[in-house]
Parts: sequence; structure tokens; C-alpha cells
Amino acid sequence: MQLELLISKFQEKDEKAFEELYTMYSDSMHGVIYNIVRDHDIAEEIMQGVFIKAWNNASSYSAEKGRFFTWILNIARNAAIDKTRSKAFKNSKKNLAAEYFVDILQHSDNLDEQTDAIGIKKFVSQLAKKCIEVIELLYFKGYTQKEASETLDMPIGTIKTRNRNCIKELRTIVLK
Amino acid sequence: MDITAYIDSGILELYVAGALSENENKEVYEHMRKHPEILHEVLEIEAAIIKLTATTSRNTNARLFESIRQKLKPNGSDTATEPKVISIAKPKYNWLTYTGWAAAILIGAALFWTLNQNQELETRLVDTQIEKNNLEEQIANSKTDLEATKNFLNVLRDKNIIVVPLGGQGEFANTYAKVYWNKKDNSIYLDAQGLPEAPAGKVYQVWSLKLDPLTPTSLGTIDDFNTDDNKIFTIANANESEAFGITLEPEGGSETPTMDQLYTLGVVKSSES
Repeated sequence: MQLELLISKFQEKDEKAFEELYTMYSDSMHGVIYNIVRDHDIAEEIMQGVFIKAWNNASSYSAEKGRFFTWILNIARNAAIDKTRSKAFKNSKKNLAAEYFVDILQHSDNLDEQTDAIGIKKFVSQLAKKCIEVIELLYFKGYTQKEASETLDMPIGTIKTRNRNCIKELRTIVLK
Repeated sequence: MDITAYIDSGILELYVAGALSENENKEVYEHMRKHPEILHEVLEIEAAIIKLTATTSRNTNARLFESIRQKLKPNGSDTATEPKVISIAKPKYNWLTYTGWAAAILIGAALFWTLNQNQELETRLVDTQIEKNNLEEQIANSKTDLEATKNFLNVLRDKNIIVVPLGGQGEFANTYAKVYWNKKDNSIYLDAQGLPEAPAGKVYQVWSLKLDPLTPTSLGTIDDFNTDDNKIFTIANANESEAFGITLEPEGGSETPTMDQLYTLGVVKSSES
């Protein structure tokens, strides 16, 4: 089914459409959330909450405001970051700030995973360091371009072109 | 609109990341509807990001929709039973409404003007920033120049310095150079401003000479002659030189000087030795 149609059905509370969207995005959202909380069970729980929140607030989404993927990505990142700010979480976890998403790939021991079968993980961990930083901030952490520019101490224009080149490289790795 | 330039600007990658402002998002959306190339690009970026983010997930076949479906039910019925709210206020138009609208339009216009002003200021700020960077660069360059000059001045003033003027030879009579030789620290400072640019494929080579019998010792080639601004070169020289000469040699230098390409030559005054 076409994505736009799927989304409008989802907004009309069609469970079938919801299930399809869930299948499309749940791994991705889990990945983003896990990268922030670094706990599989907590990540799973937050991820489910994210999709339920999306369902309950489906009407607030509009294509004009951005991609559906980006909308749900935002909900996911915010939910995960909220979790890391909760007291109980802070007490049980060490400081995670210095870790990048690629660390997960390097430490991952589930070698028979679907994603690894096509070697994506291996290639992604080979992305240049400068790409890893910018991708981490913009996609996994949800920084605005201004925040990313301040964190990496780089002009916004540089962030834009660097990110573009990095995503170009990523596309040659993961698409076909 | 130049679509390729728009795509190359990197804005679409930020769009998918959700890193743009609300207005920018709207703009991208409009462009996407008008230009299929832009939509295609966005779809590819999105697909790549979905794959990338999924790699950090633990892939469980247990990630079933069923667990979500069960949690939906109560919410779904909640909304259905929500009571409808019917407004009882009657629409009423009076002078307050009209002055209200007038005020709103005024404020809107003022806001628009302010936004424009702001944009203009921001552009100017960026220009100023660029100018500032250029000036800073100039200052840094001047500082480096000044240091080099001071350094050279100290060399000239050193009492241990032996000055050896090198005069133009043969067909190169109009060229000249000067060697400032500091015997103590075994180095010479060569001021080669009086030499023309080295032609392509050729380099100047500096020689220390013993006169009786005539034995040349290479002090090396000046590979950066053409690009150096002040044409002053520091060269190590531990020889008991009696004269200095400069020849033009093929790139990489020669074992012995090519005498018909001898540009300048100067003898160290005997009073020193």
C-alpha cells in the first residue's frame, strides 16, 4: 500500500494500517531508543509506548509538518530522553553521554541477526569518525542544526554539507 | 529554482532528521510536492536512515504487534464514549470585534516588518562575521611576517655575521644575492631577491666553494624559491667556505655545478679567516 494512504488510514484508526506502519518502523525506533537508554527491556517498553502514543495522537500528525517517520522518530527520541532524566533511571545507570551508536554495532554479539546477514553493521561501523558524530547528534539524539553546530563547534553550513556527504556514503552502503 | 543545488545543500537530510524549523519544514514539503526529484531524494534518505537506526536494535522476532493491539482497546473505546461539548454562546459581532481585528492586523503588519528587519540584520551579521575572519587572517599573516623580519634583523645585527655579496656572472650580470654567514651556528641566510623566478623544471642550487683547488660542495637546492615571499632562505653550512655560488640546475639538483648556468658568485673576504 502507498505510504500516504497507509498514514491516512492510520489516522482513521485502522488497526491494519497501524500494524503495517509498526512493522516498517519498530526496529528503527527500537534502535534509536536503545542507543539512548542502553537497556533492551527498557527500550522495548518505551518503544511500545511510543507507538501507542502515536496511535492516540494520530490526528495531530500532518504531512505539512514533516515526514511521518520523522514525526514518530521525534516521539521516540523524546520518550527515551525523558526516561534517562527520571530519577530511577539515573540511579541505575552510568553516564552514557560519551557513547556513539557504532559502539553498539561493535559490541553486538548476535551475529545471526537479519541486519548483519547483509553486512550492514560491518559497513556502518566503518563510517568515518566525523560522520559518526554528526549522524549521532542529528538522527539518534535529535539535535537541531544550531545545537549540532554548537556541540561540534562548526558553522551550520559545514554541518549541512558534512551531513549530506555522510548520508550519501551511508546510502551507498545500505541501499542495494 | 535550481533543484540540484537545493538537493546538494543538505537541507533534505536535515528535514528527515527533524532538525529544521517549522517554516523550513513547510517549505521543503511544498518543494517536494512540486518536484518529484526532491521527493525521490527524501525517500532515499529516509530509507537509509531507517536501515541505519534499525542496525542498533536487537532484532527480535518477538517484536509482535499483538502486544500493542491489546493496549489499544481501552483507549479506543474511551474516545468513543467521550461526551460531545456543544457551545451555547451565540455569535455576537460588536465594535469590540472590529477593533479587535483592526488591532490584530496592525500587530501582524508590525510583526512582519520586524521579522524583515531581523532577517536583514542577520544577513549583515553574517557578512560582518566573514569580514572579521578575513581581517583576523590578515593580522595573523602580518604577525608571521613581522616575526620573520625581526628574526632577520637580529641576524643582520649579530656581530659574528660575515656578509658576502654575490655578484651576477656572465649573461646574468644583472642578478645578485647576498649571503649572511653565521659561523657560530653553522648557518647562512641567503637573500636571493635579486634572482629571477626559476623556470619550470629548474631549481636554484647553492654551493659552498673552496678556491684552491676549486672544490664545490652543494648546500642544497631552493625548492620553494618561487613561492617564498621574502626570498630569504636559511641554509645549514658547516663548511670552511671561501666563496658562495648559485647555479640553475634541473629539478632535484646536480652533483657538480653547471658552470654556464652560474648566476651569482661571491668570495668571502679574507680579513675574517
